[in-house]
Formats: sequence, C-alpha cells, structure tokens
Amino acid sequence: MTSWIGAKTRGAARLLLGAALALGAARAPAAQDAEAFEIVYLERAPAPRPVLSNLDPRPADLGLAGARLGVADNAAMGRFLGQSWRLSEFVVPPEGDFAAAARAALARGAPVIANAPAEDLLALADMPEAAGALIFNAAARDDALRRGACRANVLHTIPSRAMLADALAQFLVRKRWTRWFVIEGRGAQDRAFADAMARAAAKFGARIVERREWPLDADIRRTASSEAPLLTQAPEHDVLILADEADDWDRYIPYNTFSPRPVAGTEGMEPVAWSRPVEAWGAAQLQSRFRDLAGRDMTSEDYAAWAAARAVGEAVTRLAAGRDPHDPRALRAHLLSGAFEMGGFKGRKLSFRAWNGQLRQPIPLTHPRALVAQAPIEGFLHRVTELDTLGYDQPEAGCAAFEDKGE
Amino acid sequence: MSIRARIAPLLVALAPLTALAPAGAQGAEIWVTNEKDDAISVIDVESLSVTRTVPVGERPRGVTFSRDYSRLYVCASDSDAVQVIDPETGALLHNLPSGEDPEQFILHPDDRRLYIANEDDAVATVVDTAARTVLAQIDVGVEPEGMAVSPDGKVVIVTSETSSMAHWIDADTHRIFANTLVDQRPRHAEFTHDGKQLWVSSEIGGTISVFDAATQELLGKIGFEIRGVNPDLIQPVGFKMTSDDSLAFVALGPANHVAVVDVPGRKVLDYILVGRRPWHMAMTPDDRLLFVTNGVSGDVTVIDVAAREAVKTIKVGRYPWGAAWRP
Repeated sequence: MTSWIGAKTRGAARLLLGAALALGAARAPAAQDAEAFEIVYLERAPAPRPVLSNLDPRPADLGLAGARLGVADNAAMGRFLGQSWRLSEFVVPPEGDFAAAARAALARGAPVIANAPAEDLLALADMPEAAGALIFNAAARDDALRRGACRANVLHTIPSRAMLADALAQFLVRKRWTRWFVIEGRGAQDRAFADAMARAAAKFGARIVERREWPLDADIRRTASSEAPLLTQAPEHDVLILADEADDWDRYIPYNTFSPRPVAGTEGMEPVAWSRPVEAWGAAQLQSRFRDLAGRDMTSEDYAAWAAARAVGEAVTRLAAGRDPHDPRALRAHLLSGAFEMGGFKGRKLSFRAWNGQLRQPIPLTHPRALVAQAPIEGFLHRVTELDTLGYDQPEAGCAAFEDKGE
Repeated sequence: MSIRARIAPLLVALAPLTALAPAGAQGAEIWVTNEKDDAISVIDVESLSVTRTVPVGERPRGVTFSRDYSRLYVCASDSDAVQVIDPETGALLHNLPSGEDPEQFILHPDDRRLYIANEDDAVATVVDTAARTVLAQIDVGVEPEGMAVSPDGKVVIVTSETSSMAHWIDADTHRIFANTLVDQRPRHAEFTHDGKQLWVSSEIGGTISVFDAATQELLGKIGFEIRGVNPDLIQPVGFKMTSDDSLAFVALGPANHVAVVDVPGRKVLDYILVGRRPWHMAMTPDDRLLFVTNGVSGDVTVIDVAAREAVKTIKVGRYPWGAAWRP
C-alpha cells in the first residue's frame, strides 16, 4: 500500500508542471476564467528485464512524455477557446499497488490514459469506480482486448498485434515475398506476435514455411556470426520474420542469416505506430516538438498516449452544443460517432472503430534509418475504409461490450 | 546556433556567383521554391521552361515579391531566416529577423509589414521589412501555417495546423480578436479579392471553410469527391482565386488533382489531373495561366485557366513548394 504513495508524491510534483503549462498559456487572451479540463495518466512501470544489449534502455518516461505533449497541445489550442488543461500523473512501480493507484486515478473523474499490461488494464476497467469512465489503452497490443475481452469503457490508441502483422503482411504480399520463415522468442508476447503473423499469412495469401522457437539462452553477442547461420537454416523462404518483442536476441540476426534474405518483424523492417524515421505529412513537426519536450525520439507508446490526449482535446472542443464536455460518457459517444476525426501526422484522418474502440490508423513500416512504406498498402481494398484492412474487421471482432454502442 | 551563424556568411559568399548566372528572359516569370534542394527554379511564362536556378537558404518554402517586384522574400525555414533577394541577380541582399522556422508569410498591402508563421514555435512574427526589425510576436495555436491579409489591410489571418483554427488578428494592435474552428489541419487561407469572404482549406478534414469576413460567421463548407479516389486522400491544401472572384483552383494533395470551384455558388465544377501531391500555386495576373507545384513528382503543372486544362508539365527541383509571379 505504501509503495504507490511514492508514486503519488511524484505525481503531485508533476502536477505542478501541468500548472506551469496552464500559466504559460496565460500570455494569450481568454485564459482568465478558463474552464479547467484534466486528463489522468496511469502507468504500471514494467519490471526491468535483462536483455543482451544495453544500447537502447527503456526511457523512464516512455508513454508519459507523449501524454504530456498531447496535453500541452490541447492547452495550446484551448487557450483560444477558454480552456485550461492539466495532466495528473500516477506511476506505479513494478511491485507497487496498482489497484490503489487506479482507484485514486479514477477518483479524478477525468479521462484516463493507461500505460499498463493487459491484466492491469482489465483490473482497472472492471473496478466499480470505472463504470462510465473513459479509459484509453495506450500500451497493450493484445488482440483479446479488442475482441472477447473488450470492455465498453476502454478505447485503444496503440495498434493491436493483428494490425501490425497485417501491415507487414500487405507489404510482403505486394512484393510477392510470400514464403515466410518465422523465429519467435519464448515470451507470451513473442508467441502472440508470431500468431498474428500466421493469421496475416492466411488473410493475405502468404505461407509460413517454418515456425521455430529461438533455442539459445546464451549470450550471442560475440558468436552471432557463427551461431546465427546455423540457426536460420530453413526451407526456401523469401523473408525471415522475427518475433522478439523485448529485442533481446533479434538485433543480432540481420546479415548473420544462413540465406541472403531480408529480416522483418521486431527487427529489420518493423511495423510500428510511430518511429523516428516518420517525417512526412507534417510528422517532422511532431517529432521536433516531442524532442524539445522529452529530449529523445518519440516511440509508438508515446504516440499512442499523445493520440489519446489529443482525442480527448478534440472531443471536448467539438462536442455538440448542449452536451457536457466533462462527462466521459458524452465524450465516448462523440469519439465513437461518425462526427469524430483527428489529424495524426500519418497522412489520413484518424477515427475510432465503433465496434471495439480501436483507433484506426496507418501503420508505418520502418527500418532504423528510413520509412520503407506505410500501410494500408495500395491495392488492399475495403468497402468502407482501407484502414480497416488492418486488424480485426467488424464482422470478425467479436466484441460484445460494444454492440449497439456505435453508429 | 553556431551552424546558423556559419550559414549566413556562406550564402553571402555564394551570392556573387549567382550574379554570374545569365539574367532571366525579359518576359514574366514564376519563381518556385524547391524545399529539398535549397534552390528556386525560375520558369519563363512564355516558353514554359526553367531558365535558371537560384540557390537560397535551407528548406525554402513561402515565397513572395515586394509590390514593385524589386525584392523577393523567401522563407528559408531551416536557416531560421526570411531572405531578401534581388530577383535580377539572384543575390542575397540581407536576411530579415524572422523567428524560428519560418514556413509561410504574407506581405501587408502597405508593402512593408511581413507576417510570418513560425511553425515550430506557435507564434506569428510581424517584421518591418524596411527597418528590418520585429514589430511583434503573436502567440497562436500549434503549427501556424496559413497566412492571409484582408485587401484593406485591417485583418491578418493565421491558421494553426494542429489546433485546427483560424486566428483573426487586428493588424494595427497585433491582437487576436476572434478564433474560428475549422476542420482538421488547416493549411492555407485567403480572402476573396473583394474582401468579403475568408476561405480556409483543411487538409485532413478534406474541406474548405468559407467565412463572412465581417462577422467571422461560417457561411458554408466545400467538400470534394473524385470517382475512384479514396476520400481520405482528397486533401485540399493551396488554392487561388481568379481576380474577379469567380473561380477558385484548389490543390488536392495526394488525390493528384486540382479542383475548379465556382466561388459564388461554392460548388465544384471540375477536377484537373496534375502531378503528384499538388501543393501551392501562382496565377498570372491576367488569369490566363496557373502554375501548380507538385511536391512528390518534383514538377510544376501549367493549367490553362479558361480551358480548365493542364497544358504542360515542367520539371523543377526536389519538393517544389511555393510559387510567385513577377513581370
């Protein structure tokens, strides 16, 4: 119980930052007597996990910095509309009491951006205090959360694994690289991503020639050039797809493969919500604003939290006259209606799928140095919007909690 | 900062070289900024060909001439400067203080005040081009871009891309007196020549919002629809109206078309296929020819305004952005 008190104190310190933001806006007219809006950020910090390389440590403010930028953007817009905005931050350490922090977060009565694994997210959504709340899942990619385990009070701004896998599959199928060799790690998430690739293969007409588990738990940093070729021998394939979401061993595979084949998945060319090389469609501006704020590059988790905060900002501003912009139910109804649209620096307007609350969005396919392509790939058609060729479409989603809720 | 400090003298050093380039043809010209080439392509309006290329600062975007066409203003966004260039010689005369990352600007009818959108800073900077001083900086929404000034010079408009609104600024006091929401991601704003309406394009919203300039009231929105083109990809950006306010031409970005709009009726009459991702445009003052920059294909489409037809494609530099006419 005491463990999250520390988090609360930290949250209180961060509230001051939110207040400073609002003060900054006071330079402009109409800031006096501003109507106050709040967004709550709730994170379960993950337990540190050892990986072979220390090159890319997880930033302490992963996700949080995106929420901060989204709220700053809302404040920059809101100062002209008589709104002030602040972010309340609750970060629970790995061993902390998430339920207590969740209760405190929900007690704010404001929309919640959750950066937590699926089990914590569901615990949050199922609390009695969460009835009628508006929660954004900005981190958990699990497809179950958009399907059988969906919750009416949870929308998703992070793409699901099925969306990411479908994006990659469209690119590969378009190039006729349809024979895939999949190597997956031992984690449940790795298996889930490999499963998503298998589903995508069936959906778009590709074939997995072999699916294999990465067998080593040794440190291969110095032996990759001798070990990896042996471990990547497989029947004839066009591309090697790696599923290692923690980026433990996958970074050592490109160029060390037995066959001269490109690598994609969680290494090489990756399907993402966001990444440093995304620069078209005005994205360069979002990247530079984020870098100014956080001192590092923007990631998919940051983008998902930013999009959640911006979605709230747009909903509050565009809500039909007579609806209460402080009522999460009214905001939710607007977000799921055809009236909601949002710019997201990915070339297409973003909106929410009314059947499961997933944010529709293009999926960039990137390598560390450049954007390769952006899905939906041209030629993959859909009767409503090509964005719905990515992930589970309405007829197959099977999310009962959203039935009769959308339009 | 030190990089910027180095760039300015370098450009001055380059200037005499450009002066050696052959002087342009005697006829009218269109000056096109190439965002990814740090250069301007100069198109001769009679021969419809590029006659010379003028090196400018980094990432040139907004471009316009002084009223007597003796000076060219260029937003060199990544040099953090508005450059003033002699169009006869291509020589850099001086830089204006512009604030950071100037993207687009509008010259006041007084030929002196320049209103600059500082995209990364959420401000608009007002510069006295004669005294070369900053008169004011005005806080606006996130990512200001579209800039317009009313024909009587009393009202300046700044649109903010991420905040999706048009800010109405009193040109004398530099104070915002109204904010009007538009659809997502406004990119360009223009008053009709008679000053009665303000038009604002919304790239992601896919519309043009038309406002009564006197009351700031929304009069209506114009939508676009092209057979066989995904509605998401129809993204209005730059546009221009004929001098009699009868027709507007609207670049539709990744839809690769320019729409022809009946201004009084706010109805789309026609769509003209152009290059890839048309962006901004310049019209000859006689309303005869329209020059549309195509960002992705790196060329300029010339449209015969009366015939509503593309008549020629002219290869320019990488990522052509703005265009301006001079006699």
